[in-house]
Amino acid sequence: MADRLLEVKGLKVRFATEDGLVRAVDGVDFELDRGKVFGIVGESGSGKSVTAMTILGLTRDRNTRFEGEVVYKGQNLLAMPESRLRDVRGNEIAMIFQDPMTSLNPVYKVGDQIIEAIVTHEDISKRMARQRAVELLRQVGIPNPQQRVDDYPHQFSGGMRQRAMIAMALSCNPDILIADEPTTALDVTIQAQILELIDKLKDDFDSAVILITHDLGVVAEVADEIVVMYAGRVVERGSKRDIFYDPQHPYTWGLLGSIPRLDRPKPKKLHSISGMPPSLINLPQGCKFRPRCPHAFEKCQQEPELENRVEERQHLDRCWLSVDDKRRLREGTIVGEAQEVA
Amino acid sequence: MSENGALVEIKNVKKYFPIRKGVLQREVARVHAVDDVTLSVREGETVGLVGESGCGKSTLGRCIVRLLEPTSGDIVFDGRSIGRLKARALRPLRREMQMVFQDPYASLNPRKRVGTIIGDPMKIHGIGDRRERKKRVEELLETVGLSPEHYNRFPHEFSGGQRQRIGVARALALRPKLVVADEPVSALDVSIQAQMVNLLEDLQNDFGLTYVFIAHDLGVVRHVSDRIAVMYLGKLVELSPAEELYTRPIMPYTEALLSAVPIPDPDLSAKRERIVLAGDVPSPINPPSGCRFHPRCRYATEICSQVEPPLVDYGNGHLAACHHPLNVDKETLERVTASARHTPDSADETALPAEPGKRA
Repeated sequence: MADRLLEVKGLKVRFATEDGLVRAVDGVDFELDRGKVFGIVGESGSGKSVTAMTILGLTRDRNTRFEGEVVYKGQNLLAMPESRLRDVRGNEIAMIFQDPMTSLNPVYKVGDQIIEAIVTHEDISKRMARQRAVELLRQVGIPNPQQRVDDYPHQFSGGMRQRAMIAMALSCNPDILIADEPTTALDVTIQAQILELIDKLKDDFDSAVILITHDLGVVAEVADEIVVMYAGRVVERGSKRDIFYDPQHPYTWGLLGSIPRLDRPKPKKLHSISGMPPSLINLPQGCKFRPRCPHAFEKCQQEPELENRVEERQHLDRCWLSVDDKRRLREGTIVGEAQEVA
Repeated sequence: MSENGALVEIKNVKKYFPIRKGVLQREVARVHAVDDVTLSVREGETVGLVGESGCGKSTLGRCIVRLLEPTSGDIVFDGRSIGRLKARALRPLRREMQMVFQDPYASLNPRKRVGTIIGDPMKIHGIGDRRERKKRVEELLETVGLSPEHYNRFPHEFSGGQRQRIGVARALALRPKLVVADEPVSALDVSIQAQMVNLLEDLQNDFGLTYVFIAHDLGVVRHVSDRIAVMYLGKLVELSPAEELYTRPIMPYTEALLSAVPIPDPDLSAKRERIVLAGDVPSPINPPSGCRFHPRCRYATEICSQVEPPLVDYGNGHLAACHHPLNVDKETLERVTASARHTPDSADETALPAEPGKRA
């Protein structure tokens, strides 16, 4: 029986701004089980980061309106008072931010920043916390942690800073680790190291991971289940294999096709999604992807529900095209062949 | 153009940055950002420049367009030596070479309107009158896929991808021969990256541009480049026709870089052998002895830490600097060892591909 950690139900997040109501997240549902890596994929402005920040209560503000529920261990985090949420945040649910260059405080030692996180949540002496910090730095692969714990962030390279961020996030042994574009600012070689590290630590610490990225290549490595978001909505959701080998939504095809593939002959032109994501204040009628979709037809004037349209039960999408049409239309463009796995 | 068809010749370029300390600001050390790189770029071709952060690829790019003065060595642009030119003498040449920067948020002045941003290069170089310039800017906006109505907008009204288009329009305003694009797509979303790459390719065909394309993403580089130069800690370690680099990397560093690129296919990705490079790039202040890659290289032997490998021509314009070359058959290896190993100088000429700039 899967150990359910988190359930997001009908989450909507709206920001009232001078220009109008920004519908940043407009209906997101998912569940997260212990030991799993859950990928959220989408372009900038698709609402993936807002979803993550809302789980941690980081979007709370006078001008924010919430709907739906975020249930963690039977409690709705959206309704939880800030004082109690503080015990959860960083302690049971922790976050790794995108930019390791700016997420560490440059005037405090790396070790002190980790120690601070530990003593905030646990009744433990500073000396013990320091030992923990050294041990954590060792676990995330920082060489010479005894010395490096007293370094300032500028003495760390980008990859090491991201490791330090991960160490900090893991300092209280969280149940859920939210990684928001953890590798985007890093070189590919370092990206490979960090992904491997997150995957390994997930098992060591027995947590679940929410991995947010705009790059499907990143989730192909580590995710178990994937949602694809567009304009604040989930447009497709399924297992990793479903998304990569039987993608149902034209937006997912576009994302897959946009990645230059080293394992394939070079195409004449990269497949790209034309246009830009819509403004979240003024969303298009019907299917939100319609203005950019090369396969849109009349029915797309109405918005399709997120529902199961394929044989598999857990594969959901938001597209009116019939399954046969989809398989025909996407053919030869993007979808890889499923390999026989032993 | 010089006799061998090269638009830009980079000759033994070194760029060191001094580190100064103390009251007297005495030089205590030097950052070896670019260390003896020789490379030429033919008219109409795209040379990709790849490597991790800190490998000197951006510094080299800036030396090429002379935003930086090389410490030693020379740059020949269109048959003219420009390595030592002073700012005033360089100015007329600036029309011929332009740059597209990485960060579309930081590289446009937030207080200027788009029309001014794109039009100012023409104003500075005294091209046309106000009306002609406006017309040209509007044309440029259309060329890069924006609308002429955007003339009076400010940068903050645009998304990252659109801003990068503005940056490209600005670079094209003076009809340059050479465009150095420094990570032009790395700050953009994947789907927008593809648009940008396609745009850059179309522009190259329409205007006969020569590109130096700097990136750390080997996927994008493969797509745009005719030839690819791999840099590591200030050194050129491999230079190859684009496709060949992917099928037959010679330098172990290139092999590792290739294997780190994620493949958006779970099964292939799981099957693939992944070479995860341990650690970070060493400091360019005190680069390792011998082959600079040896501390991270899985094939390294004693010689690697003692002798710096020369850049050797393995045929077909494929050069690499390694004591333990991969993917090279015995014959080639013997031929290469027998003939005096090329120095970077002499290797340069033969490195030119037969028909650059032509794509299938």
